[in-house]
Amino acid sequence: MPAVELNNICKSYNDNLVVNNVSFTVAQGGIFGLIGPNGAGKTTTIRMVMDIIKPESGEISILGESLNEDTKNRIGYLPEERGLYKKITVLQSLVYLASLKGMGNRAARSRAEELLQRVDMLPHQEKKIEELSRGMGQIIQFLATIIHDPQLLILDEPFAGLDPVNTNLLKEIILELRSQRKAIILSTHMMNEVEALCDRILMINKGRTVLYGELAEIKSRYRNNSVFLKFDGALGEIEGVVGKKDHGEYVELFLDGETLPQKILEQLVSRGVEINQFDISTPSLNEIFLQVVETGQ
Amino acid sequence: MTLAFPVLALIAIGVFSLIQGIEKPPAPGEEVTIGYVDKVSGFDEYARQPGGITLTAYPTQEAATSALLAEEISEYFIIPPDYVSTGIVTRYTLERELEPPGETQWAIKSFLLSNLLEGQTSPEVTERVKVPMNLGTVRLDETGQVATDQGGFGAFIIPYLFSILLVMAIFTSSGFLLQGLGEEKENRIMEILLSSVSARQLLTGKVLGLGAVGLIQILIWLLSARFLVELVSTTIGGFATTLQIPSNLLILGVVYFILGYLLFAVLMAGVGSISSTTREGQQLSMIFTMSAVIPFIIIPFIMQNPGHIVTQILTLFPITAPITVMIRMGLTNIPAWELALSITLLVVTIIGSLVLAAKVFRTFLLMYGKRPRLREIIRCLREA
Repeated sequence: MPAVELNNICKSYNDNLVVNNVSFTVAQGGIFGLIGPNGAGKTTTIRMVMDIIKPESGEISILGESLNEDTKNRIGYLPEERGLYKKITVLQSLVYLASLKGMGNRAARSRAEELLQRVDMLPHQEKKIEELSRGMGQIIQFLATIIHDPQLLILDEPFAGLDPVNTNLLKEIILELRSQRKAIILSTHMMNEVEALCDRILMINKGRTVLYGELAEIKSRYRNNSVFLKFDGALGEIEGVVGKKDHGEYVELFLDGETLPQKILEQLVSRGVEINQFDISTPSLNEIFLQVVETGQ
Repeated sequence: MTLAFPVLALIAIGVFSLIQGIEKPPAPGEEVTIGYVDKVSGFDEYARQPGGITLTAYPTQEAATSALLAEEISEYFIIPPDYVSTGIVTRYTLERELEPPGETQWAIKSFLLSNLLEGQTSPEVTERVKVPMNLGTVRLDETGQVATDQGGFGAFIIPYLFSILLVMAIFTSSGFLLQGLGEEKENRIMEILLSSVSARQLLTGKVLGLGAVGLIQILIWLLSARFLVELVSTTIGGFATTLQIPSNLLILGVVYFILGYLLFAVLMAGVGSISSTTREGQQLSMIFTMSAVIPFIIIPFIMQNPGHIVTQILTLFPITAPITVMIRMGLTNIPAWELALSITLLVVTIIGSLVLAAKVFRTFLLMYGKRPRLREIIRCLREA
């Protein structure tokens, strides 16, 4: 049973269709990337999953049922717009937000201290939120998202504004949560993080789904069918190569549709070309993202 | 603040009693001399007046002025030749005053009356002319018996003071609601809250929670009012003995607080959801708060005309009803049908406002950075 299932969700504002027939599923124990340019409809989609706004049509199922009081308590949500009560302490914030999710005071307090210890912020527990740096505040807000041990996590731009150390820390925790069979939806512009963390992705542009599926499959679909080569010696004519591009430090060889990179490697080795580096070109998600958005796909 | 007002009232009663107890009696033999210039001729008797005041005649204004400057007299007045036809008497003094002292006015008036009526009638009638009546009023009830509630200023003051406290309680409680919403929007914590509770639950929780606090405040003030009025009456006496608490103040006070608070809480919730900052919300809410205090602004009119059509309209108009009813309660018996209609209109307005405010609340609660245009708000209200 998927943790999240959306079927043909639509939402419009002022006759402008901002989410147009979006469908996807998120499995337990997986990290699902929700990506797209600014204004694509990601946050609107997430808010519909959270029942903060209502879709005009379509169905949403969370943990096997429609969203209700009980299922809300099993979801952890980190919105893009960060915010905590400024005048109360770190510990009070965590305990209060945990109580909104049905956690008892004592349990919330104990769990809060445990999480603060995990991120080396236990000495700050009695500080007011307004006394923290922005990055520390974001870490606290992330802890508030997971304090009640939710089954489903929805993280909207979790790494925004974090330094590399805290980004790494958050990634570690997210991976731990995945290993605990949590379902995680990750919405972010940082394509390198999506590539590092996500199993499946949905790319949304102007409210429509433009890419959906396993990340590896999508990347292979957009492969250029070329190889990158650093070498010494002369290349000469190579069977199966239809074009070359000199990138200065390396050469890119474009293959015809039937030739595998392994065959090119065999030919080069047999000719005695001294090969220093041989890479099969795989486009980055960033490149795929730009290509899709720019072509208006 | 809840306990501060009754405690401050107690302290004020105590201080007033203390001052009354140590007030100095008047010094025996203290004399005041007032000069006068009689240009009519014939005002030469009755120079000694009550309160130790002696009137001394001077032939000219210059002589009187010299005596004033030499501190032989405290002041002087001139009776002009046309006094009998005009009644004009001009007084001269070195003192800066808001109005002439009561004793001076009485002494001059008594002097003039006594001299005008000299030889016309008996001294007893002359004294009666000076104080023609001490008017007393007795209110009868519908059966012709003496009513228990006699009205008067003593019956007005308590409900009037309570109306001030009522408006403070309503605006404090609903103001906290507005402030809280504004801070949650500014701090961007609103979305976190909405991921745990629905907009309806959030609004209901805030309204009921703050309303309960305000209701406790009002009850404490109402219950302490009876005790304080008794205390004031026995310790201070005088005017304080006429203070009365209308029998229906407790019930109507609670009813109008609850309804008034609910109305303003709902309106503030709507304002808070469309405002991008707390300050903007407070500015927008002035539309309602300024309307609500109209009865205070026209209170002289209401006091003079407690049954006027304008006063009735203010009683029925939901935003002004709570304050108007409290003020009117001390001035007149408000007809039962007016109270019933006022409460009904308040309830209907609250329900209608709740429906509209809930739509606005849900739609604009997560709108940051800019206030929605009126067109957008109207569109939101029209949509189901």
